[in-house]
Amino acid sequence: MNILMLGWELPPHNSGGLGVACYYMSKALALRGATIDFVVPYTAEHPGIDWMNIHSATGLTPLERYGLGAYDSSKVINKTLSQADAKDLKDMRGVQKCYTKYVEKLVKTLNPDVIHAHDWLTMEAGMRAKAITNAPLVIHVHATEFDRAGGTGNPLVHEIEYQGLMMADRICAVSNITKNIIIEKYGIPADKIEVVYNAIDPESLNDGYVYDGRTYKYLEAMKDEGYTIVSTITRFTIQKGLTFLIRAATKACAKYDKLIFLFVGDGDQRDELIELAADLGISDRILFTGFIRGKQWRDAYSVSDIFVMSSVSEPFGLTALEAAHHGNALIITNQSGVSEVLQSIYKYDFWDEDKLAEQIVSIATSDSLKYSLQQAVQREYSRISWDDAAAKCMRIYGSVRKEIK
Amino acid sequence: MQKRGIVLYLHAHQPYRVCKYSVFDTAYNHNYFDESGIDTDLNNEKVFRKVADKSYRPMTALLEKLLAKHSDFKVSLSITGVFLEQAEKWTPDVISSFQRLVSTGRVEIVAETYYHSLAFFYSLPEFERQVDAHRKKIREVFGVETNVFRNTELSYNDDLAKWAENQGFKGILAEGWDPILEWRSPNYMYRPAGTKNISLLLKNYHLSDDIAFRFGDKNWSQWPLSANTYNNWVNDSIADKSIVNLFMDFETFGEHQWVDTGIFDFYETFIGKWLENPINTFYTVSEAVDTFEPVGEISMPYTVTWADTERDLTAWTGNSMQREALRYIYAMEDEILNTNDIQLISDWRKLQTSDHVYYMCTKWFSDGDVHAYFSPYESPFDAFLYYINVVRDLRWRLYDYHKNRGLNG
Repeated sequence: MNILMLGWELPPHNSGGLGVACYYMSKALALRGATIDFVVPYTAEHPGIDWMNIHSATGLTPLERYGLGAYDSSKVINKTLSQADAKDLKDMRGVQKCYTKYVEKLVKTLNPDVIHAHDWLTMEAGMRAKAITNAPLVIHVHATEFDRAGGTGNPLVHEIEYQGLMMADRICAVSNITKNIIIEKYGIPADKIEVVYNAIDPESLNDGYVYDGRTYKYLEAMKDEGYTIVSTITRFTIQKGLTFLIRAATKACAKYDKLIFLFVGDGDQRDELIELAADLGISDRILFTGFIRGKQWRDAYSVSDIFVMSSVSEPFGLTALEAAHHGNALIITNQSGVSEVLQSIYKYDFWDEDKLAEQIVSIATSDSLKYSLQQAVQREYSRISWDDAAAKCMRIYGSVRKEIK
Repeated sequence: MQKRGIVLYLHAHQPYRVCKYSVFDTAYNHNYFDESGIDTDLNNEKVFRKVADKSYRPMTALLEKLLAKHSDFKVSLSITGVFLEQAEKWTPDVISSFQRLVSTGRVEIVAETYYHSLAFFYSLPEFERQVDAHRKKIREVFGVETNVFRNTELSYNDDLAKWAENQGFKGILAEGWDPILEWRSPNYMYRPAGTKNISLLLKNYHLSDDIAFRFGDKNWSQWPLSANTYNNWVNDSIADKSIVNLFMDFETFGEHQWVDTGIFDFYETFIGKWLENPINTFYTVSEAVDTFEPVGEISMPYTVTWADTERDLTAWTGNSMQREALRYIYAMEDEILNTNDIQLISDWRKLQTSDHVYYMCTKWFSDGDVHAYFSPYESPFDAFLYYINVVRDLRWRLYDYHKNRGLNG
């Protein structure tokens, strides 16, 4: 099985979860015997990736490509590919045009059985490759423009998504939530869409990391005093539902005193959250770490007792699996895709502050409940594997090839 | 017939700014005021040395020159305890300069809180301790006693006046704000409502702010202001009245108004012109109180300050972040004092300096540009986060070293 995979980033040159998902997905596919040609829009080394051929569509460095803001379509994106200048690599559309031209040339020498394109960034290249090779096109949706924008977003991006989803022979959605958006917002028939859940590779987190309790000494001391640490690790944007979390935190603190909250991340909503916490009189109960990585980031999971994913709209939500790995009890909105694959968790609707407050307090006040949730979800998350995701993709590839032939 | 006089009062202060104190510093690093980076205005030593060059040295030199030249020239100063501490550490020559001024006998020191705090509004016992600490420090550095009181940011109300009277102060300073004065002039001595033995000096804010805020403003219709014009304005304002109270920051000279605005030359020339008229003189605050009887009673039931267009405390307590910060810091009073830990108590008091909450001010409109200019932080939200992380560290120190309370605050 020869797969032409069209992606936008791979670790270590990723700015978000898309690159991580592509990395593990392609690795699991390769283990199942697939031959993969993976195209990225920049030139760089990818140490450790030896299971596929990586093609660089442009001479940009990964850093230059970050500057384009792949996750932020509010940046000016208003040119069709024919209007875009493939030589203007400071413009997102120029880079996409250059990427597409590269793919057009590449497929003349490759003979892919399937084209697998990830998100709107590479959909146009996928459609061109399909037109030239007549190979089936699988579009993998990690997030739609509705998710990124928290509502209606950039009209051109919506248009590209619509065309890509129409032209695709089959669509992979990372959750039923995403599948429903594709059905409802883009009018795509349900039977064209398969849910392929993301997973986590526990091996990737077993890199010799040991929690030493030092980074958050203050929080560790509070735990010794009987406090429960509730954390969230995310971008501070409106679709993450953090204002609901802060209001719920206030209600929870009113019911039960020994709670403290760790807010890890940064984003355009930060100042609003800081002010809201002050308005509600719980500033000393919320620690804002800013954007952190490495040990400080790992330790944030380790110090926590409860992890909350408060998203208003979350296609999947990999951080919940990371939190499960680190032994947290999970509370996740029904609007987060990852809640579809986990049972040993508390779920709530993002607007239901009272329920969230109640869930936090009930875990914090019952050690047996806390340990049960923590242990159960730790067993559960490790059963969600990338190999299952790859197996499903392989089945999808097989079925679309038959349909075309 | 008494001479008409200018009561010139200058206020010198520098806070201990809090460094970029993160969540990860809490429970580890107890040096909140120790930013050593050379390219940041959070480096207190750097700022102090800079302002010493731009303002404290040239202005004390000018005052010394004016005192030598004009036997009628007098000035009153308030210098905060945290200013004196920093000057002793980094620019001892500035202390000597102030000492030379005071030793002329024509420079009076005004009483205030050592830490430039808003303690009067949150804890009277703590407020009194800080006033005592300042009195002691002034005695130690200058060998003089204080007789007239000013509260932080010229914040004032009737209760404060009664307190000052009970403490034996003979005078107190406040803003001469129109809605309070109505038809009355700030150019007389007044008596605070409900008192018998204390006089109230009201800042003539028009004439004070012409120098303090507007002098170098090229968009001001009166720019450039000449000493002659200003002298005419002051003469017109005082007419047959007693005094003109010109109250402003010491840093007006050289720091808020840079040397290239001509502020020093302007001031020197103006002093000379004012004294050319034999019916004009200068008074220190105490002399003014001794010389002029109050002409009437003034009541300020609500707190008035010299800040912003509102003349209230909203620049310090107007938003919820500021109120949170103040609530947390004053809630710790008993536990902190019970430790007898001198370093901890001193850190806690330095965190009461009003500048910290001023940096959290979010009144960006009309007044906002002034706040932005005076803040060394990226935003009020950052200032708030650093401060709260420090509050948590104070709690940590209580918990870890003194075992006398939980971390909950």
